[in-house]
Amino acid sequence: MTDAVAHTPEEAHKGKDTAEERVSYLRAGHSLASWLTTTDHKRIAILYLIAITGFFFIGGSAAALMRFELISPHGMLLSNEGYSRAFTMHGVIMVWFFLIPSIPNTFGNFLIPLMIGAKDLAFPRLNLLSWYIYIIGGCFTLYALVGGGVDTGWTFYTPLSSLFANGHVVALVTAVFVAGFSSILTGLNFIVTIHTLRAPGMKWSRLPIFVWSHYATSLILVLATPVLAITLVLLAAERLFGIGIFNPALGGDPILFQHLFWFYSHPAVYIMVLPAMGVVSELVCAAARKRIFGYAFVAGASMAIAGVGFLVWGHHMFVAGESALAATIFSFLSLVVAVPSAVKVYNWTATLYKGDILLDPPFLFAMGFIGLFTVGGLTGLMLAMLAIDVHVHDTYFVVAHFHYIMVGGTVSAFFGALHYWWPKITGRMYSLTWGRIDAALIFFGFNLTFFPQFILGYLGMPRRYHVYDPSLQVWHVMSSAGASILAVGYILPFIYLYAALRSAKPAGPNPWGATGLEWTTASPPPKHNFDHPVQVTHEAYDYENAPQPGEHR
Amino acid sequence: MSGRASQETSQGVTLKEPYARPGQQREADFLGMYLFLASEIMLFGVIVALLFADRFRHPGAAEQAAQRLKIWIGTANTAVLLTSSLFVALAVVAARAGKAKAVTGWLAAAVLLGLTFLGLKGFEYAEDFAEGVWPVLGRATPGNLFINLYFVATVLHAVHLTVGVGLLSWAGVRVKMQRTRLPGQAIVIEMTGLYWHFVDVVWVFLFPLLYLPRP
Amino acid sequence: MGKETGQLLATWAALMALLAITVVAALAPIGPVKGLVNIAAAVVKAALIYWVFMHLKQVGGFLRIAAVGAAVWLLILGAMLYADISTRV
Repeated sequence: MTDAVAHTPEEAHKGKDTAEERVSYLRAGHSLASWLTTTDHKRIAILYLIAITGFFFIGGSAAALMRFELISPHGMLLSNEGYSRAFTMHGVIMVWFFLIPSIPNTFGNFLIPLMIGAKDLAFPRLNLLSWYIYIIGGCFTLYALVGGGVDTGWTFYTPLSSLFANGHVVALVTAVFVAGFSSILTGLNFIVTIHTLRAPGMKWSRLPIFVWSHYATSLILVLATPVLAITLVLLAAERLFGIGIFNPALGGDPILFQHLFWFYSHPAVYIMVLPAMGVVSELVCAAARKRIFGYAFVAGASMAIAGVGFLVWGHHMFVAGESALAATIFSFLSLVVAVPSAVKVYNWTATLYKGDILLDPPFLFAMGFIGLFTVGGLTGLMLAMLAIDVHVHDTYFVVAHFHYIMVGGTVSAFFGALHYWWPKITGRMYSLTWGRIDAALIFFGFNLTFFPQFILGYLGMPRRYHVYDPSLQVWHVMSSAGASILAVGYILPFIYLYAALRSAKPAGPNPWGATGLEWTTASPPPKHNFDHPVQVTHEAYDYENAPQPGEHR
Repeated sequence: MSGRASQETSQGVTLKEPYARPGQQREADFLGMYLFLASEIMLFGVIVALLFADRFRHPGAAEQAAQRLKIWIGTANTAVLLTSSLFVALAVVAARAGKAKAVTGWLAAAVLLGLTFLGLKGFEYAEDFAEGVWPVLGRATPGNLFINLYFVATVLHAVHLTVGVGLLSWAGVRVKMQRTRLPGQAIVIEMTGLYWHFVDVVWVFLFPLLYLPRP
Repeated sequence: MGKETGQLLATWAALMALLAITVVAALAPIGPVKGLVNIAAAVVKAALIYWVFMHLKQVGGFLRIAAVGAAVWLLILGAMLYADISTRV
């Protein structure tokens, strides 16, 4: 064992610890207790990464079960109720235990303090508490799952959920209720951090877009999540005590439940996709090695999406008995929210234009995001129009649309972020070849899975059914085949990223030659993030003065 | 490792990681608490919205049902809470001036009023139950829907108030035992106070919406 | 008695006066306007508590927005609910 600094290429090869690694946050305490009681935002980010990865595979297993079932039009494996329980678990776990915390609680947690030059989040202990709350919520979910599941769908619509459904509705509702507080505390922590802990010189106009989009996300987390929380309390009270607020037989109004549910759950879509947009903005600039086109518009679009995103929830209820006037207003506002989304897509494209584009894995994922998000967004416009929505409401067209946003968009960005910041988080570079293969697999597998579902939906295949007309079978088989490719694409990174931890060469502080404060400190960063006081003197994405990529890759 | 470094400034303010200046830490504490209370505004706001929706959909039902509630207990409880808020505000003034004894005194008085509120509320529930106002669960009529909302809203508020009583007592004990030193750590009293005042604000809206609808 | 203590007492007195007004208005035979009086009194009371007791008077501009900005979101919720419920057939 030598204490020599491993800066020379001879020493910096496979498997050996570097000097940076020996003083990094990863080595500040080795016991399990040092991880479970940590207040270091970087370690808490890793705790989240482990937890959400677990839930991603549980939710994914439910999806695999469904896709397997749907190969046959007659329902060969599951009972009607069993199928309902499978898609409910898939929805609940993926929405609340993977997608919502996916990018903010892992990469946001890890990167926001690094990007603004802070030592930690504003409330480090609250950050840890938020993880424990999330885990408690997760335990309730697992209890509901092991106990036999719930068949209401992730939307818990009344009066099905309050009066008729069997199964562990209250346990699952409790799970979501509890997890919501984790969201609120995380959002609050991010807002306070961004307001109070920016390093000297880090003006608002110099914040990376990633930070802006997390700011916008946090506003939604703080303002929308409590509405869901109280609505779920009322649902549980309705189910347990029959208080009647959502029960028409007692003078209540079931549509009120849908209003309150979507007041949270539509903005929740933006909780999922805004951080993804932030990731893609970073990735696109690093890929093109250019300043982002129209910084103020991209940052402003995040805030506009967060604001207008609160005004569109009624488009989920066009055929639910909502009044025609309200439906018209919601339809118009839903078209309006496309404007800031489109601004972002145009600006990413303009950033790439005439750029010297790198085709490393993170950037391939980012390109995948832009394409898939655009398809998801445009079909969203179709669904926002009253007449078309009546035709395709509750069909696979809707399923395909939101999977293009949430899976094609958010999950692609999640993997893009994982591949981009992995060298920063772990200090090790993975196999770029495998990364490129994986990005291509996921893009291809995703489209094969979900594009046929647009056609299925247009042909009239309703969602949440496992027995269907045999004439539709070819599309379902195609979709299931795509899902198996997608599954390989999702499992593969865990093999080569894990292998990189053990054997790959050190990545160096800035393998991509990127701008941003997180790349100025060691990989992995030291416990207090920066060894020297941080002073910001430039705008974000100052790629004219950035180091060249490639030396360390 | 878990410990957070902290140091004491010349004004006796305990400065914790990751803050560099007392003013920065103070702003963060205030912003954090205001945002938490903003999420609480949304939580209780839904109950208020449901009360309005109920009154719109069943005209006259709320006015009739509200007459079965004990308006005088509700009024007395409002006065009790408003006064407790005054005491907490006085505790904050004393904390900023470093008068630990006055702080514990005002906090104890506020805790007493908080317990008075809970006692009156419990008595009221018992009376409601005896008179059959207690919701006939599962067999509610539109009038009873209002009563059901009354129970949901007041129970939720009482839970928050109980937490508030706990926080005030905890802060008072800490000051008494000199675990919280004043005026350097007056922020503890200020934050506890913000929460208490917010619970008061919730009641300020619930009281007229639940007790005062009259034809 | 300091100036600040005096202000707090005055605020408390105003709150109690508003409570009296609101109860009297509810019981007096003044018709549907009593609902408006009650809501207005509640808003003024809440504003006083936030402004004086909850320190909005002393803190900076952004903190004020953070403290009460959620009210705007509630109004959005209320307005849209009203747009639906009041025009349903």
